[in-house]
Amino acid sequence: MTQYLIRRLLIAIPSLLGISVILFTVLALAPGDPFEELATNPAIPPEVRMQLRASLGLDDPIHMRYFAWLTSMLRGEWGFSFVSRIDVDQLIMQRLPTTLLVIGTSQIVALAVALPVGVLAGTRPYSTFDKVANTLAFVGFSLPTFFTGLLFILFFSVYLGWLPFVYRTNIAGSGLPWVWEHIKQMIMPVMVLGLFQGAALVRFVRSAVLDVIRLDYVTTARSKGLAERRVVMKHVVRNALIPVVTLIALQMPIVFGGAIVTEQIFRVPGIGSLLISAILSNDTPVIMAVTFVFSCLVIFFNLMADVLYGWLDPRISYR
Amino acid sequence: MAGSTPASATASAPAVDAGHGAGTTPAGASARPRVSPWEEAWRRFRKHRLAVASAVVLSFIILAVLVGPLFWTVAIDEIDFRARLQGPSFAHPLGTDDLGQDLLARMLYGGRISLAVGFAAMLVAVLLGTLIGSLAGMASGPVDAALMWLTDLFLSLPELPLLLLVIYLFREPLRQVVGPEMGVFILIVGVIGGFRWMPVARLVRAQFFSLREKEFVEAARALGASTPRLVLHHILPNALGPVIVAATIDIAAAIIAESTLSFLGLGFPPDVPTWGRLLFDAKDNLDFAPHWALFPGLAIFFTVLTINFVGDGLRDALDPRRVI
Repeated sequence: MTQYLIRRLLIAIPSLLGISVILFTVLALAPGDPFEELATNPAIPPEVRMQLRASLGLDDPIHMRYFAWLTSMLRGEWGFSFVSRIDVDQLIMQRLPTTLLVIGTSQIVALAVALPVGVLAGTRPYSTFDKVANTLAFVGFSLPTFFTGLLFILFFSVYLGWLPFVYRTNIAGSGLPWVWEHIKQMIMPVMVLGLFQGAALVRFVRSAVLDVIRLDYVTTARSKGLAERRVVMKHVVRNALIPVVTLIALQMPIVFGGAIVTEQIFRVPGIGSLLISAILSNDTPVIMAVTFVFSCLVIFFNLMADVLYGWLDPRISYR
Repeated sequence: MAGSTPASATASAPAVDAGHGAGTTPAGASARPRVSPWEEAWRRFRKHRLAVASAVVLSFIILAVLVGPLFWTVAIDEIDFRARLQGPSFAHPLGTDDLGQDLLARMLYGGRISLAVGFAAMLVAVLLGTLIGSLAGMASGPVDAALMWLTDLFLSLPELPLLLLVIYLFREPLRQVVGPEMGVFILIVGVIGGFRWMPVARLVRAQFFSLREKEFVEAARALGASTPRLVLHHILPNALGPVIVAATIDIAAAIIAESTLSFLGLGFPPDVPTWGRLLFDAKDNLDFAPHWALFPGLAIFFTVLTINFVGDGLRDALDPRRVI
């Protein structure tokens, strides 16, 4: 297991490097010079500008610039936000927990929806329930998150007036009412993201169950006289869930995309809405850092999925 | 594939099972009419009722968007303050926005752009994916390993943040070169296509791996066919089925991606009313003009849903191994 873990970690490093190369290339290829402003400023003579450029390493060969950039990224020196006037890493650390909370809760919602529905549909293929579930799943992931978000606001906030549609961090009070206020404002963002994700997962779970349920060991379990419920829960679902773990990890980039949109709709103060506001106010250091953090998170979740996979499925552990 | 409903569920006990396309019809079954692969695919597609219904709705949407502006000739930027934020009426079937602009005209115009982006980005993704997939599939060895590593790398990139980053960095320069609308169009199509080719590449590579060992390819090679000819005439046409399905799904994904960008206010310029942009403008008036958000949202939803269903039907239709 340890060996497997180490190997997975070693595989993750090149992908992280690859992503950093892509990010850096995009940044380096982008036209526009950070010293444009100085160039048009008549008070600064060209020699001074050249010296400044040289001292910041802007005239170094590209691979040198890449290594300088990468080391400062890895050491957490992400620069200074033009707009918020604080260090970027501080800014992100303030926002990251909210994003992780929303994403994590919505994944739980997605699984809570997708597992029962997918297993039921998979154990009764082509039944009415299966067809209805399949059609609803199609509807679910064809509804873009931004539209579901607006529909939820329209129904639950405007029409029914049950839930607040703006996420507030400065809720006054304490005790249970305070907790309840927080839960209330989490419901809509989490549901939007969770239902979208759940709709996609239903089909994965269903086909995974279908793959497993035809295997001989399931027939054996049935012929031993086990109750159907026990066969499904103990024998089918446990094995069917192994590939689902990987699929959840593969969906992570899409989940982050959805998180950006939902955070923007409900004004959740996470890193997704930070990214949008940074783009709208040309805050380059923040944009780069948030993109980098998102990439790291994706790699991290892929790694987690690999580790989980190795733990759940002993057959692949020592390859 | 995952959870598609083969039509067998709805159309039980098929009366005829006309072999797997005309090519493989055995001599003993000569009484059967000769069916071309496309006729066979159509026969299979028709059994997926939702897919057929979706194809009809989708054709209607495409037709409306293409020829609609010829019949509904209200200008998209005709401002009328007397008719602000009105709900659907006879003069404005889908209502008006906060400047009194006619929403039907704006949606027909925006639909053209949304659909054009969807198709163009799909083309970019499919061409790129087919190219990389067939390179990897024919080369094998280190080239294949390198290309697949690249594919996996792209698969683990967070798509939306990178889309936003690229658009943020390159929008201004492109706008100066080819104008605001064309610049954003090229950028969005290129970037969406550039981040969506990976599934196609994997599909094509897998198909190549199995097809290039088949007897008919060997026969063609024995007859002296060059590698490009083998690829273009013998392997690629047979690998087309899954690619068509993936391409269909890609259109839907590209439409969603474009709408998302526009919805975040970072897509097309404000005067180009794509469906996502209409939603972006509408979201602050949700409480007193819900129609403004509902119609564009429904348009995106129905387009994407019908495309997904058509893709599902094509999957049933184009996979000859699936028994219907």
